[in-house]
Amino acid sequence: MRSPFRPDDVPDPAILDNHRPLIKSFERRGLIRRGLSLGALVMLTGCDVKRPEAVESALLAISRFNDEVQALLFDPNKLAPTYPASMILKPPKFNAYYDVMDVKPVNGATWRLELSGLIADRRPWTIQDLQALPQRTIVIKHICVEGWSYIGGWTGVPLRTFLQHVGADLRAKYVAFKTADDYPSSIDMASALHPQTLLATEYAGETLADPFGYPMRLRTAVKLGYKNPKWVTAIEVTNKYPGGYWESRGFSWFAGL
Amino acid sequence: MSAAVTARGGRTGRRLHPLPVRIMHWINAVAMLIMITSGWGIYDDDVIIRGFHFAKFLRLGDWAAWSLNWHFAGMWLLAINGLIYLGYGVVTGRLRERLLPIRVSELLHTVRETLHFRLEHADITTYNAVQKLLYIIVILAGISQVVTGLAIWKPVQFSGLVSLLGGFQSARVLHFIGMAVIFGFLVLHVVLALLVPRTIWAMLAGGPVLARPGSRAKAPGP
Repeated sequence: MRSPFRPDDVPDPAILDNHRPLIKSFERRGLIRRGLSLGALVMLTGCDVKRPEAVESALLAISRFNDEVQALLFDPNKLAPTYPASMILKPPKFNAYYDVMDVKPVNGATWRLELSGLIADRRPWTIQDLQALPQRTIVIKHICVEGWSYIGGWTGVPLRTFLQHVGADLRAKYVAFKTADDYPSSIDMASALHPQTLLATEYAGETLADPFGYPMRLRTAVKLGYKNPKWVTAIEVTNKYPGGYWESRGFSWFAGL
Repeated sequence: MSAAVTARGGRTGRRLHPLPVRIMHWINAVAMLIMITSGWGIYDDDVIIRGFHFAKFLRLGDWAAWSLNWHFAGMWLLAINGLIYLGYGVVTGRLRERLLPIRVSELLHTVRETLHFRLEHADITTYNAVQKLLYIIVILAGISQVVTGLAIWKPVQFSGLVSLLGGFQSARVLHFIGMAVIFGFLVLHVVLALLVPRTIWAMLAGGPVLARPGSRAKAPGP
């Protein structure tokens, strides 16, 4: 079955790679100025769209501006609604940039979680190590950027607890993830420290199944679905913008709910 | 019952559509088109009505990521322009003056006349009851789109609003219905404007000069 997340026409990722220097060259002040320059946008929607890359740059600039607005709207103490365990969908919905048939299971026995960046204790972690930390269970709604949603029940160590435990610099800007399926992702520190952001190892009280990220995946109630990388293999705490798989293809980076 | 119309070019009176209204009208037209066509691109990624898609050539953005980027850029244009329009309309009294009151008897009369193809439009400076009702509906639909849009953009930050709307999926459907209402209005609005082209010219150039600014009743010409 084709992943419903996959667009009909996937644009050539090289387009973004080719323009990365240009995208990077926007400074924050410039972004905000461009973001507010909506008059320019109006003209761009008119007839003279000879340079679509100019339109794309403008839209990306506004998207970065919107990321800042989203960060302002984010209330670190606001909890997402939770639901009774009876409403948990079993099994959860599968979603990735490839088909469920193409999932490559990860060996939990040899799996290690690597740490890097602004973290005091960077020793790798086993799944038993993670499960020895205080656990939390949340029953929350998963909301996909496409529009569909379902209620899922997740158990794991809160990312906040984990980051404190390993001595991460909690004033850093980003927490970045690498995964076994080559799906880099990253979130802002405020969302990483939110009480409903877990390094999940169980779904509906059972060990996470292979298609859903065994042995460990990120599950946060305050981000859209695509900000929840599965089969996490490495965590980095950094101040350098790490980006992500869909973000480099045009989706919003903040993607907060 | 209507403001008297003086000869074109009178200096003292106010135009039917003052300049700010004309500017905001056309900005809004662009914003609406951006929001509707990019919204169709977002809709197509996960349809609400099974089997119902919007054709690719109707969508703004070549796939969902870019439709979303258009939508979240257009929202500023729509919301900021809309807020200024409502503020202007309330402060100058234009909204109340042009859209109220609506009398049921008048409404029924207009519907009857319309069905008999006897619609009166010699005087474009006043709206009939059906026009008033439609403008009120589309303004409310626009406000509702901003509210339901906020709910589906930030369902955790505005979780109270989401539950008020009956949940995330229900907010999504309401956002879709709001689009349908506005789109329906848009089609009617454009068709009627094309039937009475003077109205289009008025929205560009300002239209006839009204006899006495702010007066709604029995205003004798100077």
